[in-house]
Amino acid sequence: MNSGGLAAAADAVREADLLAARMQMALSLGWHIILACLGVGMPAITLIAEWRGHVTGDPRYRLLARRWARAMGVLFAVGAVSGTILSFEMGLLWPGLMSTYGQVIGLPFALEGVAFFIEAIFLGIYLYAWDRLPPIPHLLAGVPIVLAGVASAFFVVTANAWMQQPTGFSVENGRVVAVDPWAAMFNPATPPQTVHMILAAFMVAGFAMASVYAVAMLRGRRDRYHRTGFLLPFAVAAAITPVQIGVGDWAAHFVADNQPVKLAAMEGVFETGRGVPLHLGGIAVDGQLRWALEIPNGLSLLAHWDPDAEIVGLNETPPADRPPVNVVHWAFQIMVAMGLALLALAVWAAVSWWRHREMPRSAWFLRASALSGLAAVLALEAGWVVTEVGRQPWIVYGVLRTRDAVNPAPGLVWGFVLVSVIYVALTVASVYVLRLLARGRPVPAAPQESDVTGYPVT
Amino acid sequence: MAELMLAVIWLGLTAYVLFGGADFGAGVWDLIAGNEERGRAQRGLVEHSIGPVWEANHVWLIFVIVLTWTGFPGVFAAVASTLYIPLTLVALGIIARGAAFAFRKVSEELWQRRLFGATFAFSSLVTPFFLGTVAGALASGRVPPGIARGDLVTSWLNPTSLVAGALAVGVTAYLAAVYLTRDAQRGGETALAETFRGRALAAGAVTGVLSALGLVVLRADAPALFRELTSGRALPLVALSVVAGVVSLVLLWRRAYLAVRVTAALAVIGLLWGWGVGWYPWLLPGVSVRDGAATPAVLTVTLWAMAGGAVLLLPSLWWLYTTFQRAHPADGSDSSTPV
Ligand code: HDD
Ligand code: HEM
Ligand code: HEM
Repeated sequence: MNSGGLAAAADAVREADLLAARMQMALSLGWHIILACLGVGMPAITLIAEWRGHVTGDPRYRLLARRWARAMGVLFAVGAVSGTILSFEMGLLWPGLMSTYGQVIGLPFALEGVAFFIEAIFLGIYLYAWDRLPPIPHLLAGVPIVLAGVASAFFVVTANAWMQQPTGFSVENGRVVAVDPWAAMFNPATPPQTVHMILAAFMVAGFAMASVYAVAMLRGRRDRYHRTGFLLPFAVAAAITPVQIGVGDWAAHFVADNQPVKLAAMEGVFETGRGVPLHLGGIAVDGQLRWALEIPNGLSLLAHWDPDAEIVGLNETPPADRPPVNVVHWAFQIMVAMGLALLALAVWAAVSWWRHREMPRSAWFLRASALSGLAAVLALEAGWVVTEVGRQPWIVYGVLRTRDAVNPAPGLVWGFVLVSVIYVALTVASVYVLRLLARGRPVPAAPQESDVTGYPVT
Repeated sequence: MAELMLAVIWLGLTAYVLFGGADFGAGVWDLIAGNEERGRAQRGLVEHSIGPVWEANHVWLIFVIVLTWTGFPGVFAAVASTLYIPLTLVALGIIARGAAFAFRKVSEELWQRRLFGATFAFSSLVTPFFLGTVAGALASGRVPPGIARGDLVTSWLNPTSLVAGALAVGVTAYLAAVYLTRDAQRGGETALAETFRGRALAAGAVTGVLSALGLVVLRADAPALFRELTSGRALPLVALSVVAGVVSLVLLWRRAYLAVRVTAALAVIGLLWGWGVGWYPWLLPGVSVRDGAATPAVLTVTLWAMAGGAVLLLPSLWWLYTTFQRAHPADGSDSSTPV
């Protein structure tokens, strides 16, 4: 019952439905991933605040922890439901992938289920039992949330890594006959991708939280409470940024060695050659990258640590098997640009801290920081576009084409329309509710928050 | 191995119906709780009872989905592709419900609470209905193997599916009313407990009638399953369900709210496992458990991973439920209000 009907059905796939399915997947994944990053990063940062509050007795930290926890409650709920949709969509949109390879990538998803469970259980305890538990057990109840969040990011990205570097199975006549689930999970792409993703989650969470306080400070609320609310998440994210750029370099080397077509698309290289320049900007027109700034030998040097290294161009691949160059090229440029910009911001803060023991006083620093959350999210989305669009036309690299995996049922376009409408509503409502939470005066919300009552904030 | 996997999936499904289902049912009661004034106490109880646990309850569904595609990949693909319309609606219902519930909790203005509350309550009604139609499609053998081979519409718009959808709503509402009765009693809110007792009795009676109706429909629409249920292997489970259902109504009548939790759950378990046993060894028409299963290595590794996970999960779940089922602290402050 595997692929007999599949090939026949694939002929019937309508272009519009295929496109709709891909867009729907991209929309729901791109939406979920933001929430997922906050879900991985925020609990850790909140725990740091709660812990500092406990150790120093400073109500600033305690109040921050309370308020972040309240936002986390909302974000987790939205993250959980948007993730559930994804597991439906794997089957609704890509039955051709799941019917053959569902069992190959099943293990990480099953383990992810365990991690979600742990996360949801301890989140329930952490959020709702703040006053039923003494401080230390309450802090400890938060630790599994962090561990499970990181673990779930790891597991799910191993599944994606497998789609980039499929290993651990053998196929006979279109049927999977033997599977080594561990080998599939720990495929060659797993190390760079999971590390890059987990660091991205902390960057996104840290910069996004810092952005909120940067905006408040720009509006004149510069008391100690807001400064702390800015500095703690900013410090976490800024410390990770340089590491992330190193890891990004590792990811790029990996792609250069293992997915040369993707690399060629990322860099807009059409002709195979040695000593290939690095292209900045530019648009691909008729099999040529135009109007790009060229850095001589740059790409060969960066990709293989050798200015004369050979780079395989897109000309080696038939046009039908190439990913869309402009999308991948620009997405890559945007990710790298955002990464470097965030690095500059982090260095600015570090230098000022080193010299004066305080954050830069310039309003420009706050303005830039107010945008840092957006920049991190942009890098995140762009990175996924590089990874996923750069993999096209394969859904499983070199093994299964996206068009052979899509659900052949008619009318996927309408599903996409419906899903888009719901997501627009969800986005509006989420932003609205989060703004309510952020704007509300930062006073303790309920009488039971006895540990922070009486702490004045402007 | 394949059987064990199936059993684990069915256990997950049972847990989802018993815990997650009750959350949906609570939303249904939220829907008919009346206007803002009259409904406040009921809505408060609903929010209070499901707030800390709904996310954990909801993960059971993810387990069922993921284990199905791991253990029975072809079956998963066949079901998802043929039934993509009701399943898309289920997915959207889940999104609307979870998000609206969380949003309502943190919004203060009346119109916001109304909007989010209505979304929450309405999707609580619609989602189990469509899940029920999916169950009906499977029970009546309308999902053939292969990708999108079944009829996209009649596979889930047919007598069995409609009854199953209604039954799903009934079961969730019934379970929720039973659980909420006890929660209200423990909270010392006698009047509220009485309200939910009446609702539980009504929902129980309606669900009983729907189950009987379901049997009649199955007899015409899915005779093989009907035979198994009424005279085959599944008969003891069906009998268990009927007996437990009747006992529950008696217990409710006599206000034994804690005991009725057990019997109500048993009635639902009998129904679910009766269906499962009556169906076995077929998963889809012409596809048995053995035919549909993943390779042995996948089944073994996944089952061991689940066993390892269970070692972590069971104590954690225990802690979660006991933390929130314990009586409130003596000072009377309602400390499970969200932070
Ligand atoms: C805050 C987020 C962030 C930042 C600052 C960067 N990246 Fe990134 N990048 C991601 C977030 C991300 C990501 C969204 O997390 C991706 C998508 C898939 C993945 O594993 O990570 C990714 C993918 C990704 C890939 C594709 C991997 C693949 O297809 O398998 C490459 C080559 C790079 N990155 C390289 C870089 C470089 C050279 C950066 C330095 C400036 C950089 N990234 C900064
Ligand atoms: C980690 C697990 C992930 C899995 C298992 C996964 C799986 C998939 C699948 C099945 C498709 C559809 C087939 C295709 O077009 O290739 C797809 C496409 C896509 N995904 Fe992912 N994805 C993952 C992560 C992400 C994330 C987090 C993003 C975030 C932005 C993302 C962005 C996209 C985009 C943009 C497409 C559309 C590509 C195109 O149509 O050209 N993916 N992914
Ligand atoms: C790189 C990609 C992804 C990362 C890092 C990630 C991470 C997370 C995290 C941390 C959560 C917890 C909820 C939250 O924090 O808001 C979550 C929820 C969820 N994710 Fe993802 N996810 C990714 C992609 C996917 C994909 C591709 C799927 C399914 C195919 C998926 C399915 C789910 C589900 C079902 C939930 C809900 C769990 C619950 O109910 O608690 N995720 N994800």
